[in-house]
Amino acid sequence: MGVIALSWLDILLSALPLAALAGAFAWQRLGLGRAMLIGAARTFVQLALVGFVLKGVFQNAHPVWTLCFSLVMLGMGTWEVSRRQHRRFAGGGTVGLAVLGLFTAGFTVTVFALLALVGVSPWWSPQYAIPLLGMILGNTMTGIALGMDTLTQSAWKQRAVIENRLALGETAGESVAELKRESVRTAMTPIVNSLAVCGVVSLPGMMTGQILSGSDPLAAVRYQMMIMYLIASGAGFGSLLTIQLCASRLFDGRERLRLDRLLEAPK
Amino acid sequence: MSRFEVKELCYGGFGPVSFALQTGERIGVTGPSGCGKTRLLRALADLDAWEGQIRLDGQAPQAVAASAWRRRVAYLPAESQWWHDVVGAHFAAAPAAEDLDALGLDAAVLAWPVARLSSGEKQRLGLLRTLANRPAVLLLDEPTAHLDAARALAFEALVADRGARDGMMAVWVAHDPEQLRRVAARGYRMAAGGVWGEVASWA
Repeated sequence: MGVIALSWLDILLSALPLAALAGAFAWQRLGLGRAMLIGAARTFVQLALVGFVLKGVFQNAHPVWTLCFSLVMLGMGTWEVSRRQHRRFAGGGTVGLAVLGLFTAGFTVTVFALLALVGVSPWWSPQYAIPLLGMILGNTMTGIALGMDTLTQSAWKQRAVIENRLALGETAGESVAELKRESVRTAMTPIVNSLAVCGVVSLPGMMTGQILSGSDPLAAVRYQMMIMYLIASGAGFGSLLTIQLCASRLFDGRERLRLDRLLEAPK
Repeated sequence: MSRFEVKELCYGGFGPVSFALQTGERIGVTGPSGCGKTRLLRALADLDAWEGQIRLDGQAPQAVAASAWRRRVAYLPAESQWWHDVVGAHFAAAPAAEDLDALGLDAAVLAWPVARLSSGEKQRLGLLRTLANRPAVLLLDEPTAHLDAARALAFEALVADRGARDGMMAVWVAHDPEQLRRVAARGYRMAAGGVWGEVASWA
């Protein structure tokens, strides 16, 4: 049994309530309608593009295509992490940290899942590899972006405290230990919260999709459990690693606080 | 005998600065705002980048970990920072009761929340917190700006006591010539741009 397919006309109809909402926003002078319509248009274009590309990649399954698609996702994730920073390291350091965190945590967890859990053959089959990597990278990206932003922002605000601690003979690591812990907590809050309410308050999109397409709910639930655990570890290891590296970049070899390396992001 | 020696020190566009201290000795440094006095102390503590030569008993800062150097050559900032809720949490070991008393601090001050401290109390507690590391050289930046005359004298006396008792040396940055005359045998004046010269007398 397959999912009941939606036609392009159905999509147009599903946008009708949105158009009505935009009208209501305009009437209320909320100044939101424009941004929402642009967002809706972007959703349409981006998803349509992804759909066509995925269709091509699935029909011509080849490791190179899976790799290409993965690298594009890595690039977009990096760009998004960097975009969410209020302060960035001069000389592209932020981009480097984001790539490293996303790649190390996101790719490792995905490959582990493909090889050890899903056991699809070949392991790089785009139909499994791409959605798994997408979900894991997306959550790792959120964690890394939140964690790095919290660390650099709080270091900036607490410059005097950090330097006073250094002057009292604390090491660089000791002087920002609390900021690092706070940053990891902030990075992990969304995912820890979603673990707690998963299935009760929210039905995750992947599981919903599988159920709609006719899968056995128990099979869908098992997939979702796996995904939740994988995205939590991807986001967790990714932010641990990035926050550690980011903290050490705040200091030079003589353990001097080097906030001059951080540039305020243009508004 | 210990010796703190600074030769041709340049930092952040200021300098060159040269001076030497012997066991228990203190020098005063004065000059207009923005001439690089605070930056000098920060460079000596290796908190800012510098060039030239710094030696404590013949040892350069690079020879030890930065944190170890900063315990020996300790910078006391003008505004001390307090990051825990309770005063006592900032001290690895509680300061001696006679030191608290000498500075006119309440014996129970360690149990106070930080929010209760006045600026003057913070300055005096900041001194005790730094002295707890038993530094060889203390770098003081306008340390009594928030203290009344009597408290300032008590503060000066405690630093002098450490000089006599432990041989602690000090670089004392201040604007008040009266205070510099009391605390330092010798002195230096910095002009705008960090031009460094010895003064014959505090005027």
